[in-house]
Amino acid sequence: MRWRPRWRVRWTGRARFRHPRAQEVRPEAHPRPHADARPGRPLKGPHLGYPLGPEDLLLTADGAPQRLDKAFSWEAPLAAHGMMHMVISNAHAGDPYPIDTLFLYMANMAWNSSMNTAGTMAMLTDRRADGEYVIPRIIVADAYSSEMVACADLVLPDTTYLERHDCISLLDRPICEADAVADAIRWPVVAPERPGHAGVRPFQSVLLDLGHRLGLPGMVAEDGGPAYRDYADYIVTHQRRPGIGPLAGWRGDGTEAGRGAPNPDQLTRYIAAGGFWHEAIPPEARYFKPWNAAYQDWATARGLQDRATPYVFNLWLEPLRRFQLAAEGHGPRQPPEHLRARIRAAFDPLPVWSPPFEDTAVNPAEFPLHALTQRPMAMYHSWGSQNVWLRQIHGENPLYIPRAVWEAEGFGPGDWAWLTSAHGRIKVPVALMEAQNPATVWTWNAIGKRPGAWALDPAAPEATRGFLLNHLIHELLPPRGDGLRWANADPVTGQAAWYDLRVRIGKAPHPGPEPRVEAQASPVGTGPATVAHGARRA
Amino acid sequence: MTALPPSTGKKLGLVIDLDTCVGCHACVVSCKEWNSQSQASPLADLDAYGPAPEGAFLNRVHSFEVTPPEGPPVVVHFPRSCLHCEDAPCVTVCPTGASWKRAEDGIVLVNEAACIGCGLCAWACPYGAREMDGAERVMKKCTLCVDRIHNETLPEPDRVPACVKSCPAGARHFGDLGDPGSAVSRLVAARGGVDLMPEQGTKPVNKYLPPRPRDRLGGFSDESPLARYLDPVTDGAGGFLGWLDRSLGRLGGRP
Repeated sequence: MRWRPRWRVRWTGRARFRHPRAQEVRPEAHPRPHADARPGRPLKGPHLGYPLGPEDLLLTADGAPQRLDKAFSWEAPLAAHGMMHMVISNAHAGDPYPIDTLFLYMANMAWNSSMNTAGTMAMLTDRRADGEYVIPRIIVADAYSSEMVACADLVLPDTTYLERHDCISLLDRPICEADAVADAIRWPVVAPERPGHAGVRPFQSVLLDLGHRLGLPGMVAEDGGPAYRDYADYIVTHQRRPGIGPLAGWRGDGTEAGRGAPNPDQLTRYIAAGGFWHEAIPPEARYFKPWNAAYQDWATARGLQDRATPYVFNLWLEPLRRFQLAAEGHGPRQPPEHLRARIRAAFDPLPVWSPPFEDTAVNPAEFPLHALTQRPMAMYHSWGSQNVWLRQIHGENPLYIPRAVWEAEGFGPGDWAWLTSAHGRIKVPVALMEAQNPATVWTWNAIGKRPGAWALDPAAPEATRGFLLNHLIHELLPPRGDGLRWANADPVTGQAAWYDLRVRIGKAPHPGPEPRVEAQASPVGTGPATVAHGARRA
Repeated sequence: MTALPPSTGKKLGLVIDLDTCVGCHACVVSCKEWNSQSQASPLADLDAYGPAPEGAFLNRVHSFEVTPPEGPPVVVHFPRSCLHCEDAPCVTVCPTGASWKRAEDGIVLVNEAACIGCGLCAWACPYGAREMDGAERVMKKCTLCVDRIHNETLPEPDRVPACVKSCPAGARHFGDLGDPGSAVSRLVAARGGVDLMPEQGTKPVNKYLPPRPRDRLGGFSDESPLARYLDPVTDGAGGFLGWLDRSLGRLGGRP
């Protein structure tokens, strides 16, 4: 089923407990996306946003997508978050154009962050007839020896959160408190540059340095030097718009909140307060926030918005109707013929539900089960998703099977199963789960690792008894014989259709994971045999 | 071989709510975090990056499925740690006096300098609440974060065990279970809190609050509780859409 974030429904309970942040709720209040890249000039606006009609799509003069991921094109007009899952596939296919360099930060696209994992690894390492890689240069910044690192030409090692500044900003996803506005910082408790770690810098600072060296507008000061000394300097002095920066606390002379000039002493104030800033919302502003004048005025004063914007609940979404009108033949900007019918149906301005594409593309009788994953809750309590404690809690993942399927297939404890989708098949360990929908199988996400990755022994259970469901999900829908590549994504928002997956299952005669992925070489060796931080006993 | 105090001034312990625990392991991770840094021996992890990692934890969460004769199966997440028993068999079995119960507040602790790592206490504990530090070969157990709860260098709200402080579901409570008027004692009384395996005669101080019965919606049914609200609300000119149509018609001059 596809999730369409057309409305952010703010009924009273949600408004009561929603923490304040800089967030506009109406599409009309958001900026439009921009892709007018020209050497030596910044974009005229943010690269993400909300198109209000065909005129805001990011298309070339001949109607082709401007962005590599095809976000904000006719294929995904309202892809407000971009379409990360299509970047590698499109770059490999040269559709809409080839690229010479792929630069990734904190995205494990060679493994659990991609659909069609084996296919994605093949694309990242595929060569042309002349011997050159199809994607010639890959640069990866990562704090871990991830699966993506193994596919990189250049690795920029990142620091951990203990070695760098960060801001948990109201402009992004802040810490939350229903009755207060709050944000936070991290600051280094271990110097990144220390004996044995010469030249080590946090990646955010490296990005600013790269921006300066490339002469990017906004990254170069008037004297030609870097506009920002490092990321700590950026957090304090960058202004999104006058008076509004990444951190809301102690602005100006140190007494201003939300709005105010950059305060060179700001980080010192945060550190003195334990890393956090918060200010209580006035009692009269804590209820019905989207329609409460006290809240609206307070939020405007704090810079969360620039004017009172009471929430109007749009039952009829005019931006969707504008795309639908284009599909009906109105207006100068017209969708390509192969997408016209889909846009007319999908851009219904009133609430609609439509069946998942996979249900219409494959035979539900042949693939009777739904398969899905969830990220283990334990992973949310640590900065890194892979450490020596978490792997003792979730070091392997079985596929959880409802009783009806368990008995029909004759499964027993310790069994393995072939799990097959329209795209491929994998062999996985199974376990019985009673408290489960009888037509659904599920497992934990991102437990399985490629042998040799993450500084683990290649025989680690993550590689021998952990698996990814991603292998069964293609980034494209099955071919329709028209020669076109149809993304496995929502036609309105471009949201990747992870949860549309249909499968069938059968007992496997022998244990052992499939597909078997070749072990990767570890540039950092294997982690220590014993971890015992802080031992003081003689 | 080691004597228990005849009585304790307080009975400090935990009340763990099995109804609201969602099994997220925040308590497990924060316990490991605090106690791997604050104690003399650090809860070692052996074969840490290898095929068979095994470390010492003072608190673990086990997830069970309960399949009642009628009604849907239920998943119950069960956090397990030392229950600081009044008649603690892990103390009386200790040959060196390393395992002991404090007279002032009832916390059961291990004096690591006196521990010879014989493991008798772990055998004696019916709850499996003690684990050997694989590197130091001394016995480890929950201290109720004794270095937090009485620590005046911490802000007052932080003077609770790390697991209680970190639980996002509010499923863990800390206090004096020897005081019938304390918040935890009143919670136990109100919710029918139980001893774990009382037949063992250990008189555990920690209490567990049982899962509440699930809503039955007038009997177990596969039907969604929302189904009754999903019937069409319009028939011809009636209902909400009819009203909307008429209202829009008036605004837009449509027939």
